[in-house]
This record gives sequence, structure tokens and C-alpha cells, in this order.
Amino acid sequence: MTKKTKNLNLNFGPQHPAAHGVLRLILELDGEVVEKADPHIGFLHRGTEKLIENKTYMQAVPYFDRLDYVAPMNQEHAFALAIERILNIEVPIRAKYIRVMFCEIGRILSHLLNITTQALDVGALTPSLWGFEERETLMTFYERVSGSRLHANYFRAGGVHQDLPLGLAEDIYKFCEKFPKIINDLESLLTDNRIFKQRNVDIGIVTKDDALDYSFSGVMIRGSGVPWDLRKSQPYDCYEELEFKIPVGKNGDCYDRYLCRIEEMKESTQIIKQCLAKMTSGPIKSLNGKISPPSKKDIKQSMEALIHHFKLFTEGYRVISDEIYTSVEAPKGEFGVYLISDGSSKPYKCKIRAPGFSHLQSIDYLIKGHMLADVPAVLGSLDIVFGEVDR
Amino acid sequence: MNTLQDLEKKINSELNTKIKSTLIKHNQLYIQIEKEDLIDVTLFIKTNKGTKFRQIIDITAVDYPENTKRFKIVYLFLSHEYNQRIILSYLIGEHEVIPSLTSIYPGANWMEREVFDMYGVNFKDHPDLRRILTDYNFEGHPLRKDFPLTGYTEVRYSEDQKKVISEPVKLEQNYRNFDYESPWEGTKYIKEELENNDKKN
Repeated sequence: MTKKTKNLNLNFGPQHPAAHGVLRLILELDGEVVEKADPHIGFLHRGTEKLIENKTYMQAVPYFDRLDYVAPMNQEHAFALAIERILNIEVPIRAKYIRVMFCEIGRILSHLLNITTQALDVGALTPSLWGFEERETLMTFYERVSGSRLHANYFRAGGVHQDLPLGLAEDIYKFCEKFPKIINDLESLLTDNRIFKQRNVDIGIVTKDDALDYSFSGVMIRGSGVPWDLRKSQPYDCYEELEFKIPVGKNGDCYDRYLCRIEEMKESTQIIKQCLAKMTSGPIKSLNGKISPPSKKDIKQSMEALIHHFKLFTEGYRVISDEIYTSVEAPKGEFGVYLISDGSSKPYKCKIRAPGFSHLQSIDYLIKGHMLADVPAVLGSLDIVFGEVDR
Repeated sequence: MNTLQDLEKKINSELNTKIKSTLIKHNQLYIQIEKEDLIDVTLFIKTNKGTKFRQIIDITAVDYPENTKRFKIVYLFLSHEYNQRIILSYLIGEHEVIPSLTSIYPGANWMEREVFDMYGVNFKDHPDLRRILTDYNFEGHPLRKDFPLTGYTEVRYSEDQKKVISEPVKLEQNYRNFDYESPWEGTKYIKEELENNDKKN
């Protein structure tokens, strides 16, 4: 006698703690095995690109914080680089080091969140408690330099908004001294943990070819054994002058990606230390008065500075007509900005290339044939943040 | 076969009838083609040993409503092997259907859906051309330049009907878009004098 079975359609999300945001997955299940996954996205769509077209270049920066909101400054970096390359702006060396340092802080922020929540998804609570304590420290650094824990609005075309406040460099250095021990603590909880390995090893395997075909980048492609990192291959700002290694995985499963992220945090700590050591005093933004706003003191004394200030904050600076694509290695992968300027003070078109968008579209390929319980594990290791997927 | 100049030469010589123009700028190669040649050109740059553009980075469109060929469709490619980038583009009219790249690059699937959603450009042979980012039952294509920034409808929960309803946008205050752009570039005679000085020097 044969039993008649019917596939079950399951609605996962959009409000589900393991969906890492507002993802709605329509899963077709045969027993506990996933046959098909159809992701519905866009629940957090705010029309960022449309809004940017209606704002001046300086007003557009905060929108980039709100894309991948766990590593805001990395996104601002791509936009600042796009404008700088079009206008040929020379960025002072101190500003470069500050920007790279905060990008690496962003990378640690993002990886800490990802690793700990991935552990949470597969049943480990403690890592998230330990990790979030460190994230809080790092966000205080953000707050001290920009006034805001998350939405920093700190990078500008031509440099950064303000110099580091007194004592911040020392505190960041102290953090770098003690952070490797915290990574070790995290690793002692997870790396050799039997349950964590059972849930992650050989789950969500991506082969080299598929990683290329599905437009993967960042940890997703390095986990599969492709040694590709934009910080090395197409260095921007001062990455050329820094020494760091690129961890590459072997098997392309969730566990390898976890290991890559752990190693990247260690490398980032080293980069931050090098930045602090190499940083010299000097200007922190371009000296061109047509691009960078003048200091408060200058406004009181110089007529020209006053006019510059007024023009910059009403009309904004104009960007000559051009077309450019710039990309940075954000914690989640290649984050790019395709910018078309038309000579006015507002972008004509600003397409944002979010790494998570490409990663999420492969979810059907990744979890086909896996158990339902593996869906959160795979989602966790994709490192999805809906701010950037939905834009 | 390393520099962008070599790549430009190679593409121009091997695909010469299909390439409209090429340009090297910002360390990237900009190529303009015709819509009909898209598949041939992408297949060439993906599979040729000397190019190996294995990855599509993004697809997008740019809207120029005043032109007869209204949309510029833009493809960004990356070659890991040679560490090079190509920006491929062509122009189409409003109602033209364009070929889909999903069979060559599986990663193009959602990118094309996004272009369809945001600009209303139709793709031929796309396996699953649905809206992607906008709401269920959304109408219009938001990234077109003639779509208003505030949109047409807004959504709210209605206490009377006990469900979420959408109604036309009602703004307490109109969206104000001040034109701060100053045409004033200094008086004419000063400009002329400066230009004359330049010529003399």
C-alpha cells in the first residue's frame, strides 16, 4: 500500500526572529526537507535611490548609514570615493587613516553581530551576550567621533567631518589590546563546539563556480576558496600601506564562512593598530573651500568662508557630468555605488549595489534538499541585513 | 593581456561590428553596444580566455524622459582573473523588450527583476519576471523620473474596516523642493576679462 503525501507550503516570516529582519520565505516542504524556497523581499524598501536623486551630495550621505545599519561607515566610504574620483579631490593622509580605521571597526561590528546571532540561531545564547558587550564599546567609539552610535554621517567627500576627539585614539588602542582575547573566548565557545559544528559543517555548501555565477562577494566567495578581496585587489584609500592577510575557506560551507569571519576580525584589529601607529597629525578633510565647509572660527573672520559656508549648505557643491562605479569591501561583500552626475548639485542617478541582494537570491539554490532547521543556519551565514537588501 | 588598453583593443578587434564605442575612464572600460548584440558580447567576454568576466556585478537603468530612446540599460561586469571592470550600456525606447541574461549569468535574475520593477523595462526569456522590491499590488515604476517622490498612494490601518487600506497620498504640507542652484557665476565683463587674460598668458 502506498501512502499519498502532499507537499506542505510554509510561510516563514516576515516577522520571525530567525529571518534576520523582514524576510518572507515561502517554503515548499516535503516532510522536513525543503523542496523550494521563494523569498519575498522589499518589506523595508524606502526608495533610497529615489531620495538620493532629490538631495544634494552632502545630504545624501546619511542614507548610506541606513542601508547596512550594522556597519554604517563602510557604505559612506563608497559614496565618498565616487565623488572624490569624479572631482579628483586629494584626501589628506590623516583622513585616509581615520576612514580606514573606522571601516575596520565597522567590519568588527558587523562580524560580531553575524557570528553571535548565527550561534543564537543554532541554539547558543552566551556568544551573543559576550559579543554585544564589545559591540557596545565599538559603538561608543562611533558616538565619540560622530555623535551617533549607529547613523554616523561621518565621511565626507574629501575626508571626514571632524577630527578624533582627545583620548579616543588611546581608547581604541586599549580596545585592540584586549579584543583578541575576547575573540579567543568566543572561539572557545563555538569553534570546537559539537552542536555548533553539527549544525554548520557541510551545510549550505557553495562551490567556486556557483559562487562566481551567483555574483557572490566578500566572505561568501572567500569561504568557497576564491582569494578575492577588494582591499587587496583594487586598494582604495590607504589599504596599500597596511599589512594584513585575507583568510580563505576551503569547503564553502557555513562553518568555513564562520571561520573566515573570526579570522577577519583578528586581521581588522591588526589594521586598526597599524592605522593608529601610522596616523600623523594634519588636516582631516580637503582644504578646497568649494568642497569642505569652513571651520566655525573662519566663518566669524573671513567673508569668503562665510559665503562658502552658505553656498555649501544651501546649494551644495556641484559635481561635473560623469559616470562612475566605485566599490569597497564592506563586511558583507562588495558594496558599490554607480553614480551619474549631471553637473548640478544633486546626483542624476545613484544605483546602490548591495552584496546581500545577490546573496539572498541564491537561497533557493543553497537550501534545496536541506532540512527546515537548516534554513536559519544558512540565512545566518549569508549575513543578510534588510536595510541594504531592500534599500 | 593585462592592461585595460589591451582589453579595449582585443574587444574592438574581435567584436568590431558589434561595438559602437569604447572609452577608458576611472580605471574601467566603458562599452556601448546595440541591444541586439547583448547576448553575443556578454557570451564573448564571459567565455573568452583573455577576458573571463565571470561575474555580473549589477544591472540598472537610467531614465532620460526627454529622449526618444528613453532608457539607458547598464551592466557592470567584473573579471577576477584579470582584475578588470567593464561597464556595458545601450539605449532603448520605452516599450522595447530586451533580452535577459539569466541563462548566461544566474545572478542576473533578481537584478533584472529590480529593473523591471523600478523602470518597467520588460525582459524576454526571464524565468520569473515579478515585482521584487515594491509592495504587493503596487502600480507604477518608482525610479522613473516622472514618478513623484512622494508617490501616489499611502497605506494605513483603518479602524473602521479593520484592515490595512491604501488611499491617495494626502500631504499636510506640499513637498517643497527649493531650487538653490544659482546661475550667478560672476558678472559677464569680469568673466570676459579673465578669459582674455588667459589667452594672453
